[in-house]
Amino acid sequence: MSRHFVSIEGLSKVYPSKEQDLVVFEGANIGIDKGEFVCIIGHSGCGKSTILNVMAGLETPTTGTMIMDNKEASGPSLDRGVVFQNYSLLPWLTALQNVSFGVKARWPKWNKAKVDAHSSHFLEMVGLSGALHRKPSELSGGMCQRVSIARAFATSPKLLLLDEPFGALDALTRGVIQDELLKIWSETQQTVFMITHDVDEAILLADRVLLMTNGPHARVAESVKINIPRPRNRANIIEDPAYYKIRNYLVNFLVKRSGQLSGSAGQVGGATQEVDPSVEIHPQSEQSAGLKAAI
Amino acid sequence: MASLNMKATLLSLLLLLVGLGIWEAMNQAPAASTGLSEYERMMGGADQEARVPPPSQVFSHAWHELSDPFYDAGPNDKGIGIQLAYSLYRVLTGYLAAALIAIPLGFVIGMSPLMHKALNPFIQVLRPISPLAWMPLALFIIRDSEGSAIFVIFICSIWPMLINTAFGVANVRTDWIKVARTHELSPLKTAFLVILPAAAPTILTGMRISIGIAWLVIVAAEMLVGGTGIGYYVWNEWNNLDLNSVIFSILMIGIVGMLLDMTLAAVTKLVQYED
Ligand SMILES: Nc1ncnc2c1ncn2[C@@H]1O[C@H](COP(=O)(O)OP(=O)(O)OP(=O)(O)O)[C@@H](O)[C@H]1O
Ligand SMILES: [Mg+2]
Repeated sequence: MSRHFVSIEGLSKVYPSKEQDLVVFEGANIGIDKGEFVCIIGHSGCGKSTILNVMAGLETPTTGTMIMDNKEASGPSLDRGVVFQNYSLLPWLTALQNVSFGVKARWPKWNKAKVDAHSSHFLEMVGLSGALHRKPSELSGGMCQRVSIARAFATSPKLLLLDEPFGALDALTRGVIQDELLKIWSETQQTVFMITHDVDEAILLADRVLLMTNGPHARVAESVKINIPRPRNRANIIEDPAYYKIRNYLVNFLVKRSGQLSGSAGQVGGATQEVDPSVEIHPQSEQSAGLKAAI
Repeated sequence: MASLNMKATLLSLLLLLVGLGIWEAMNQAPAASTGLSEYERMMGGADQEARVPPPSQVFSHAWHELSDPFYDAGPNDKGIGIQLAYSLYRVLTGYLAAALIAIPLGFVIGMSPLMHKALNPFIQVLRPISPLAWMPLALFIIRDSEGSAIFVIFICSIWPMLINTAFGVANVRTDWIKVARTHELSPLKTAFLVILPAAAPTILTGMRISIGIAWLVIVAAEMLVGGTGIGYYVWNEWNNLDLNSVIFSILMIGIVGMLLDMTLAAVTKLVQYED
């Protein structure tokens, strides 16, 4: 599996308890290539945030390892930037100070002018050059999330982890920030791992979408290739012939198969299936011939 | 809003005037006649009833005192400014010493559940002790009235700061701690860059409570140890039966206490953040 930039092997997380241990997920194998944008979708409570927190080093896995750039990744690190669902900005700092908080941690030797210039540049990229000196309480939710994205990108982590970054935003704002995220991603060539609830968002942003079965004992069941050429935007993407095939496949998984495959129904430790719905003939069918086992 | 403030000010002034008027009217000494003994004259007249001096007298006395607050005519006759300065010096010394210990210790207790559990019984037992109850022990050990008064201030102002710091530190949002961790901040940097600013409003609230208590306690402590200070001054003037000075110093205690509180409130405002 070392061919991937990030490779996660046999990852599982168990929360021990007196009566019965809670196995949140198990046997998760995930490979992410450099510069790839991967989304993960699954029902609420299946353990997506737990996987992301383990990848961020904020939680220790019960079993399994994560190798990034040929080194084992354990514990939190500036190499893995995180954007939390609730922004997690420091409310006593301005937007600029919040971003330079990360920049200073990343490059402690930089002088103030350099830190500020670098930080303002990233705030500009997310369209916030007019709000540098405002505190989070003076910004809207969408603006806070942009600051949070700017903070993560500004430290140039090797892997960027986003936990439902747009979950709390209205559809309109979400669309605008998705476009900004795509822009900043294509400019920086970041490797991104993102949790989302939103199928359309995943199709718009991702190179690949990982599908999780329902928990407990959740598994990363399938890896779905989003075979739609870039640059994408919300207007032209629905005209792509593959769009509805992919969308139907994902929705079908979430509505039907995530439950059917969950728990003991799925073979524990089974490999993640790689799927490309754009070339499937009967994408809804479980027995599709196009499934090929990943390594 | 402006009109509300104006109305409130007018009402305050009105209440003040009414209060002063009643006080003035009820405490008029009967016309001085001949044949009063020294004691009778001192107590306000021939009717054997002790009288509080009316505000007009208190204010003229206050004017007199405040026109030369720093005179020093021997151990029993010092200006109000000197007495207040002694008290402030003791309060600030004891209070700062308490802050120097309470804030770092509060950090430790707030960050370590072990330390919290281990130290909590001591705090719970020591905190309810009246600070003045320490006085005899302090006098015995320190053998110095000045030092003992400062110690009593120290011991009474340490608890609110300690408890608020520990509470503020323990309740820093885990999200912010996660931000510090994902940015690989050292424990020291986390403490100064994240936990301290996050807990600062709670810590400052504790400091504000402490300074209030310290100012309450210093008056009593100085009445006990004597010598100098506003507490000693009040008691001394009572022994001199100079009620003008007693009332005047009561007012000064209130005003200085208010100024101390306003200072801390202003600092709290500086570190306050909106979540
Ligand atoms: N500290 C913990 N102790 C015990 N159980 C936990 C803990 N943290 C999470 N869980 C459990 O792990 C499961 C997965 O939680 P997680 O937050 O990862 O879900 P999620 O997929 O991110 O859900 P959502 O989409 O709603 O955010 C849940 O059943 C939750 O109750
Ligand atoms: Mg979650």
